Amino acid sequence: MYDSGKIITGLVIFVALFASPFILNVGGVAPAAPQPSLDTPAIKDMETPVCVRDNMQQNHMQVLDLWRDSVVRKANRTAPGINGQLYEMSLSNTCMDCHSNKAEFCDRCHTYAAVDPYCWDCHVEPPKEGTES
Amino acid sequence: MKNDRRHFLKAAGVATIGLAATATAAEAGIADSALELVFGPKGAAPYADAKTATRWGMVVDTRKLNAESMEKLIEACNHAHNIPKLPLRKPHDKFNKDEIKWIWEEEFENAFPGQMNEKLPPKITQNEVLVLCNQCASPACVRVCPTKATFQRADGIVMMDFHRCIGCRFCMAACPYGSRSFNFKDPRKDGAIAETNPEFPTRMKGVVEKCNFCAERLAKGLDPACVEACEHGEMVFGDLNDPESEINKVLRNNYTIQRKPEAGTKPQVYYIV
Repeated sequence: MYDSGKIITGLVIFVALFASPFILNVGGVAPAAPQPSLDTPAIKDMETPVCVRDNMQQNHMQVLDLWRDSVVRKANRTAPGINGQLYEMSLSNTCMDCHSNKAEFCDRCHTYAAVDPYCWDCHVEPPKEGTES
Repeated sequence: MKNDRRHFLKAAGVATIGLAATATAAEAGIADSALELVFGPKGAAPYADAKTATRWGMVVDTRKLNAESMEKLIEACNHAHNIPKLPLRKPHDKFNKDEIKWIWEEEFENAFPGQMNEKLPPKITQNEVLVLCNQCASPACVRVCPTKATFQRADGIVMMDFHRCIGCRFCMAACPYGSRSFNFKDPRKDGAIAETNPEFPTRMKGVVEKCNFCAERLAKGLDPACVEACEHGEMVFGDLNDPESEINKVLRNNYTIQRKPEAGTKPQVYYIV
């Protein structure tokens, strides 16, 4: 084989570079998936903390989609929650009333999952605690 | 006999699959989800005290309006809908190309070009007219929208679904009244929105917007923001299909004109001049 020295060296460097993420992480542990924080004043004040619907962590994207179509297209703005109480179907005005901690509630998982929903380009996020009375 | 057994096995197989599928679906709540996909969220309904009509309309009494009171009504709308005040692009521009307007003042001859003649009394033609989206019964903007972001509700309101708007601006070309504004710039930047109303979203760069007859306020049983800000009944809002409504009484007792009726869009905002 011509130039075997160069080729083999090159191959070794290539394989080492290509495999470096795996090699460097051998024995390492993936960081735990973050959990949204439920530590807000509104939730602490609730006797039995329940959300408007079940399984929101899994289904909130579909639920928000349904809400949006219902509110904007059909003008049906309220729906009963799982405890029977009527809720306004509104991201800024219902979800964020309790979950006023957008950074710890929304952004934490979205950053981890590398998703970038554009809700907050238009919807007004709640004021950060401490910055506004 | 052979045939019968074949049929029996087929039916038994299908029944087994069906049962299993039903059980799985019930387990996962798929049936509920599917129903919601078709019919919307379970139990979704308007507010009990929502204002409803079969044909919303408005009368603007220009005789009662002056520059000061118009400013106040416009301000009420701007605040309610987070409408930005963007500066001129160049200091000596004649028009503000970035202006966002839902309700604004227009010169008489521009608001009513068909009704204009040079012998009209100056007290009519000198004053500016308060104009807004006409919520047309036959809206040109709805017909041209390629994504159905603009649509007409059963109560006549021509609404925008900002989620769907792709910013093609066909509607701006179609509207004979200039009622639509395009967000050339991010309205949130540079403090263009003086005081954000958390009840209503802002818009983002690249969408068109216009007056929505305060659909979000009607849903909660309130009058539109501009009508609420009126002190002497300068604007009357109500159901045009209800013969007993106040708006119909006003229309019966006054001579009213519409903006560019010749465009054939059947505007639903009437003007007393």
